[in-house]
This record gives sequence, structure tokens and C-alpha cells, in this order.
Amino acid sequence: MLIVVNSNKLYLNLFHSLFKFFLQMVKYHPFNEADMLTFIGLGLFDEQDISLKGLEAVQSADLVYLEFYTSYLMGTTIEKMEELYGKPIIRLMREDVEQNPDWLENAKTQNIVFLTGGDTMASTTHVDLRIRAKDMGIDTRMIHGASITSAVFGLSGLQNYRFGKSVSIPFPYVSSRGNRVVTETPYDTIKFNQENGLHTLVFLDINSEHGYMTVQQGLALLLEVEEKRQEGVMKNRIAVGIARAGSADVCVKANYANNADAFELGGPLQILIIPGNLHFIEAEALVKLAGAPARLLQEFSNES
Amino acid sequence: MGKRKQMVERVTALMGNPEMIRNIGIVAHIDHGKTTLSDNLLSGAGMISSELAGKQMFMDSDEEEQARGITIDASNVSMVHSYDGKEYLINLIDTPGHVDFGGDVTRAMRAVDGAVVVVDAVEGTMPQTETVLRQALREYVRPVLFINKVDRLINELQVDPQEMQVRLGKLIDHVNKLIKNMNPERYKQGWRVDAANGSVAFGSALYNWAISVPMMQKTQISFNDVYDFCTNGDMKTLAQKCPLHETLNDMVISHLPNPVNAQQERVKAIWHGERDSAISKSMNSADPKGDLAFMVTDISMDPHAGEVATGRLFSGTLTRGLEVYTSGSAKKSRIQQVSIFMGPERIEVENIPAGNIAAVTGLKEAIVGSTITTLDGMTPFESIRHVSEPVITVSVEAKHTKDLPKLVEVLRQVAKEDPTLQITLNEETGEHLMAGMGELHLEVIAHRIERDKGVEIITNPPIVVYRETIKKKVENVEGKSPNRHNRFYIDVEPLDDAIVALIREGEISMRMEELERREKLMAAGMDKDEAKSIAAIYGNNIYLDMTKGIQYLNETMELVLDGFEEVMKAGPLAREPVSHVKIILRDAKLHEDAIHRGPAQVIPASRQAIQAAMLMAEDSLLEPYQKVFIQVPQNNMGGATKEIQGRRGSIIDMQSEGDLTIIESRAPVSELFGFAGDIRSATEGRAMWSTEFGGFETVPSNLASEVVSKIRERKGLKKELPKASDFLEM
Repeated sequence: MLIVVNSNKLYLNLFHSLFKFFLQMVKYHPFNEADMLTFIGLGLFDEQDISLKGLEAVQSADLVYLEFYTSYLMGTTIEKMEELYGKPIIRLMREDVEQNPDWLENAKTQNIVFLTGGDTMASTTHVDLRIRAKDMGIDTRMIHGASITSAVFGLSGLQNYRFGKSVSIPFPYVSSRGNRVVTETPYDTIKFNQENGLHTLVFLDINSEHGYMTVQQGLALLLEVEEKRQEGVMKNRIAVGIARAGSADVCVKANYANNADAFELGGPLQILIIPGNLHFIEAEALVKLAGAPARLLQEFSNES
Repeated sequence: MGKRKQMVERVTALMGNPEMIRNIGIVAHIDHGKTTLSDNLLSGAGMISSELAGKQMFMDSDEEEQARGITIDASNVSMVHSYDGKEYLINLIDTPGHVDFGGDVTRAMRAVDGAVVVVDAVEGTMPQTETVLRQALREYVRPVLFINKVDRLINELQVDPQEMQVRLGKLIDHVNKLIKNMNPERYKQGWRVDAANGSVAFGSALYNWAISVPMMQKTQISFNDVYDFCTNGDMKTLAQKCPLHETLNDMVISHLPNPVNAQQERVKAIWHGERDSAISKSMNSADPKGDLAFMVTDISMDPHAGEVATGRLFSGTLTRGLEVYTSGSAKKSRIQQVSIFMGPERIEVENIPAGNIAAVTGLKEAIVGSTITTLDGMTPFESIRHVSEPVITVSVEAKHTKDLPKLVEVLRQVAKEDPTLQITLNEETGEHLMAGMGELHLEVIAHRIERDKGVEIITNPPIVVYRETIKKKVENVEGKSPNRHNRFYIDVEPLDDAIVALIREGEISMRMEELERREKLMAAGMDKDEAKSIAAIYGNNIYLDMTKGIQYLNETMELVLDGFEEVMKAGPLAREPVSHVKIILRDAKLHEDAIHRGPAQVIPASRQAIQAAMLMAEDSLLEPYQKVFIQVPQNNMGGATKEIQGRRGSIIDMQSEGDLTIIESRAPVSELFGFAGDIRSATEGRAMWSTEFGGFETVPSNLASEVVSKIRERKGLKKELPKASDFLEM
């Protein structure tokens, strides 16, 4: 097995301490020109996935904020992160991020960082924070991290430029009138992409009440809409399930969407792809890297 | 025992023959002799001894009922009566007369096809007689009339035979006038009572006799004979010649419809599903072979069998082991016991076919008003409407903390048994709140919790349940989701009384076909575009979706409506229920990805827009009133009127009859606490009084802000009055 190692941790820490010392001496820091808000993406899986630049910024920050409700680093804990950063972490709830981001005020007089899983602005709601900060006269900056949206290309072998709009599947909602609402938007998006031969990346709900949606649950909901609409979007359709991207235990499986047993992927986090037309290299990758049935190779040998 | 068994056999033999069945209720004003009448009917049918009748109060199975001498819960009995050489089955539901228990009357009406309206010959029709008669007509339940206590007319008021006839004639005319005014449609169909055709009987339930024109012909007893028997004090002989049960049951059989005849019209009034469907046809003809359609009208607890659901079977046959759906629940349940009622006793039978009143166990998901069916996806029956609304709340705590889990379970049970009772948990204080129809209603429930359910409780002094409503129209209020990616634009305005009346009387609902609903709304004065845009009805409020072609709104609407319901349950001013409000959704901007327009986003956006808009539209507090009817001797009249006037009340009407004064008045519920004791001392205990729900009025402006602050403080809210901006800032 091939493992790509960034650098020796011991040297890293040593180098870092020296660097910091030097900075203090010359009273200069690339991320401390003025009081500001820095958005930092933590990468895919554990506390080790943060970039060097990101780590730098966290360690020199006055206040460290974290939100873990749009995404989550399955391979670590907040304690481990605090240990690495040498700083306490203030965890923000949804209300603190969306409704009452009073903590933004602190960026007027201090240097604060805002941490999220994945890449920093991949979650749609966070751009709102940048806008609010801008309105408050606060400078912002971003330090990016690896994102699931690009990790899936490598994991599945499906090619970047062949993806269409991505979409999320939320858990069904039961209203106080007892009506169960299953959104049909994902089905429509997949259909739209398919009509253009494009793949669809499907995000699965993370919800404090229902937990993490699995690929199996997501597929079942899509098939439920298919049952109702009968538009053949999921018929004979290959799906790709990915679990625990970024970990040593990553799992990628491709099979026909109605073959639920084939998508037993284990623990979270999981993500789903519904491919459109397959390029023959893509078909080969799904068979050889993701265990898709071999007949895919014949089916798509003439596609381009 | 042997006799009882024989009776059960005769009952079950008749159950399968709908032409021979009559499902009836007895309705009356309190104290007009309804329970005595029921007892004597049972004794006539050989179910209790004649000596006991009138004393035993067989139908009053509740200890509380016997102690107070009033009927609280509706009870049921099946009995057999011979008429014209044929045997008939009469399923009788006894209903309470006290209006604090009006919910039971409404529910009982759902189960029956005909009603014996009992009126006291001396007192005439009373407000509560009118209330129950109106309920009967609305449910398509046909009335006949029994004028009770005729002997009092003769022996106490000493009227001569001439005047007696005039008085009775007047009373009959009055009842017909009531029917005509309440429901011209039914009146035109010939729904009126008439002494000549035998749909009126008169007599004395206490002395166990009754007479009608057909009975006079049958027995050759003339009107003058009756008069003589009464004046001579020989009503015993009269009771032998013209027994109450024979006259009454003859009247019921010849003038009230059998289930097959009745169901066609009744189903139309209470069920709004597809008219041409198989289930519709099966219900119209009370087909025992059709799919099951059973409407639950009562839930009671049996210490051995658990919850017993009583109701009317409109179609199909109930048998043990049958798998059924319950409306509003995804789970299937299996019927365990199928039984009929013999007063307080429940007797298990093999099966019960369509057209009967039945009691079943095993329906775990059922509540009062549930539709039980074997047909997956059957349109449920219209929910049972209650004319009165809860006006008083008490908070309940367990005396011993260890009983808390038991109390929670018991409260769930009493709420299931009595749908006019609302149980809520105050999340801030952890108290359980019981809301009911009046002081007496809640006292009885509290007593029942302690006595029957064995949980010692502490109840706090009752609190008035207010309503919130708006005074003017406000347009284009924006509600933003917490993530600010979704926006809703609404108007609010007061909802017309005419539309509220349609809702309250069950004339419109979300279950009926859109076209039918639209026509009714337009007839009540609503604009056509609005009438076809109804998205939800909650309480006396409606939500209109007047947007056009907004992508994703369809699958987001349930969330929007959940926000609507939350505010209608607890308004922005004082978290009291909202009434008479119309909300119009004008525009919406939605995020294209479903995860960004989920419950956590859309519900608050919808809710806050309505809260802010209501406050801008002068959200104000309404307080409940009760009508108070007092009968008091002239000499004590001053004391009685002073009691009313001292309570922000007003006298509406005053009439004298002999040396009695009858006062009709109304006063706010908040001022009526302790009225019972005070009027007793103010009139030396000589006043008879009763109350009835009297609608809502705006709290006088000099009291309003203090009342609101008090409610807010009690509920653990900020004492300051809320502002629209509290709900818009984000």
C-alpha cells in the first residue's frame, strides 16, 4: 500500500516553534496584520487534515470558533484538536452561526478563526457570515482544506468535468398534521443532469435528530420518489457509495441502485454519486476500484 | 342472570336486520328529567325492576353522577321493544344535560339517527335544549318531542284542561319554530313535531306514564281521562294503562328512521369522500359485507380490558381479530373484543353488523373522532365539532413526586376519554395544564383522577383561557429563515365572522372537495381567488397560498403550515390561542437545495413573519364570556342582579313567571370564579342557575396591558409587551 506522508511530525513542531519565536521577535505575522476573521477548512477526516497554513493561523489566533453541524470530522475529537492547537475551542451551534452570530463582534478587536470540516466555504450557509462580517467592517480571509466534493473524483474514478449540479437529500419530514414529506428535488436534479449525460453528487443529511443518513437510506428515498413518479430516472442505474473519505478505512462501492445489499458501507460519513453516461475509463475505474459488476465494461465500451 | 342472557340473545338476533333497528339519543336541558326517563325505559324493557327505576339512575354509572344527581358521561344500552307484532332493537345513548359537558352531547349525536327531545312542561324550552337541538339538526339527527312533568302543570300550577291543551300546543309550536329557524332545510323536508301524527308525547317520567295521539287511540284513554287521573292522584293506574316505555318506544319506532334510511343523508353530512366510491355506497346502504367504516364517539377505560372504543358502525361487520386502520395513524391494529352495552355492563358478542352502536377493544391508536376502517386510505369522517371552546385552565401537579410518571399516563387517558379536555405541558414550568369547558367540568375531572385513577393531585386555582386576534390588515411582512436563504412575504387581516361560522359549524374543511369548499366560501362572501387558495384551516383561522408557480414551494408548504399552526396555538402577544385571523402568502424565495429549506429554516421563517405581522396588526386579547341564566324569587332578585353587575356582567333580559324572575345575563369568565357560593349567599340559596358558553369579547383597554403582563409573567415570558421587531431582528 502506498501512503503519502506529509512530513515528520517532530520536525514539523520544532520548525513551527522556531518560526513562531522568530515572528514574535520581528513583530510580524502573515495572518496577524490586523484584527480579522479567518475561515479555515479542516479537511476530510481527523485533526491531521488541516493545512500547515491553517494550523499556523489557529495557533496564533486569540479566539478559536468551530461549527460541526454542517459537517463533522469523524476521526477526531474536540479534545484532540485542542491538544494539537494548544488552545481552547468554542463550539458554535446552528443558532450561533445563522441567527445570532454575536461572536463576530470579537473580530473587530481580536484575531479570530472559524473552523469547519472539509473546505471552508463548501457549506452554502457560511458565505452569509462573510457578508455579515463585511457589513461590520471586518476583514476576512480563507484558508482552504480538502473537500469531499473533490475527493470523490479520485475515490470513484469519475471525472471532474462530467459532474452536473450537486444536490442534498434531507431526512423526510413528518408535519404536525401527520403528513410525511419526501422532497423530490434530488430526483429532479438527477434527472436534469442525466438528460445532459452528467453525474450527480448527492450529499446526505446530517441531522441532530436523525443522525447521519446512509447511502442505503438515500437510495431508498430516491427509489420511493421513482415509485411515485415512474420516470425511470433510477431504472438500471448505477450508484456509487463512498464512506469515511480521508480515513484509512475508506470504502467505495458501485452497483445497481436497487441492489440495496451492495451498499452496506459501515459507519459515517457517507456520500452518494448517481453517474450519468460513463466514459469507458470511468466504467473501468468503477469495476476495478469500486467493485461494480463487470458487465459495465461491455455496456460502456463504446461510450466516449 | 337467565333473563339477562335471554335479552342479549334477542338483541343479537335483531342486530343483523337494519330495518328493525333504531339508534337514538335522549337530549334535554339539565333537570328536565332525562335520566329518569331512560331508567323507566329500561325498566319497561325488563332490564331493571320498576321500583328501582327513577331512583337507581341505572345509566349514571359514575359515582360522581349519582352524588351530584346529574349525568356526566353518555352511557349506552340496547333494548328490545315489540311494536305492531314485530320486535325492534332500540340502541339508546343517554347524554349529559349540563352544558359544561356539551362535548359528550355532540359526540353522542354522531352515533345516533334520531333524538328524543325532552322538555319540561312547566319551564318550556331552555337555552340548553336549543343548543342540543341545533347539534342534532346539524348532524342530520331527526327529533321527536317528549313533554315531561305534565303532572306539575296540573297539580302545581292547577291549570284547567283547556289551558293545558293551549300550553302544550304553544310549546309544540315553539319547538317547530326553533327547528325552522335553526335549519330551514330540514324543516322544509318535513322535520317537525306534530301531536296529531304521534311525533309528540307527553307524560311524567317520574310517575312512569306517557300518552300520545296514537296511544290514545290504542288505549281509548282520552285527554280528559289523563287530567282526571292526575288530579285524583292516581297516576299509578295511568302508568299501568299508558306505560311510559310503550308510548315512547312506539313513537321512536314509527317516527325515527332506521339506519338504512338514515345513513344515506347522515353520511352526506359527516363524510366528504368520493360519492361514487364503493365505501360510499356501502355506507349509504349500511352494507354488512362492505369495508369496515366505524366512527369512534367515546373512549372509556375498562379495568380489565383496557381502552374501550364506542361508536357507530356505518359499514361492514365488526369481528374479533379483524385488522383495521385508524385514521391519523400509520399502524394497523387488531380488534380484540366486540361488544354491546347494557348500561354500565359491557357484553361481548360474536360480531356486530353495520347500522349498530358497538363497543370494541384493541384499537390502541384510536381517539374520539377516529375513523376505523379496513380500507387503506379511506377518507375519514369529519371531525366532531364542539360548539363550546375550552375557557378555563387549571394546572395539575402530583402530590407525591413519585407519582409523576403515573400522572402523565393518567392525564393522557382522561384526555383520550374526553376530547373537550385539552392537556398540555408547560415546558417552561413543567406543569401540566388541563383546559376545559367550565369550573365544574374541571372539578369533575380532577375528582376522577383522584378517585378512579388513584393519583393524588394538587390543582391550582383556575385560569382563564384567552384568545388573541388582530384588528386591522397589514401587508407584505417578510419572514427570513435563520440561514437567510429563504424568505416569505405575507399579509394578515381579520377573518370575517361568516367564514369563522363555516369553520366552527364544520361546513368547510380541508378534507372536502376543493370545489365544494370554494362554493361555500364564496357564498359566505369570500373572493373567488381567495376561496380557491385555502392551504390550511387551524382553529378559527385560515392560511391562503396566493402565490403562483413558485418552484419547490409545493414540497415546502407543509413546513410553512407547521409554522402557521404553531402561532395559531400560541399567539405572539401572550401565547394564547389565536382566532379570526386570515394569513395570505404572497411570495416566497426558496433555496434550490432541499437541505437549506428544511424544518429548521422554514418553520421559524413562516412563524416569525406571522408573529411580527400580527403584532403590527394590533394583536389584542379576547376574553371568554359565559351566559348566566338565573331563576330567582322576586324578593331575592336584587341580590342576584347585583352579583352579575358586580362582575362586569350585563343583564340581557328579565322575565317574570308567577313569583319567579328569570334573568338572562352574561359576564366574563374571569369574574365568575366563586360565583356559586356568592349567589347562594346573595339570594339565601333560592336561586337556580346555569351557564352556557357566551362567546369572546375584547378585554377592555384599561385592563388589557395588565392582563397580558400577568399572563406573560405566569408563562415565564418577558413581562414587557412584545414588539414586531422582536420577531424580525436576525
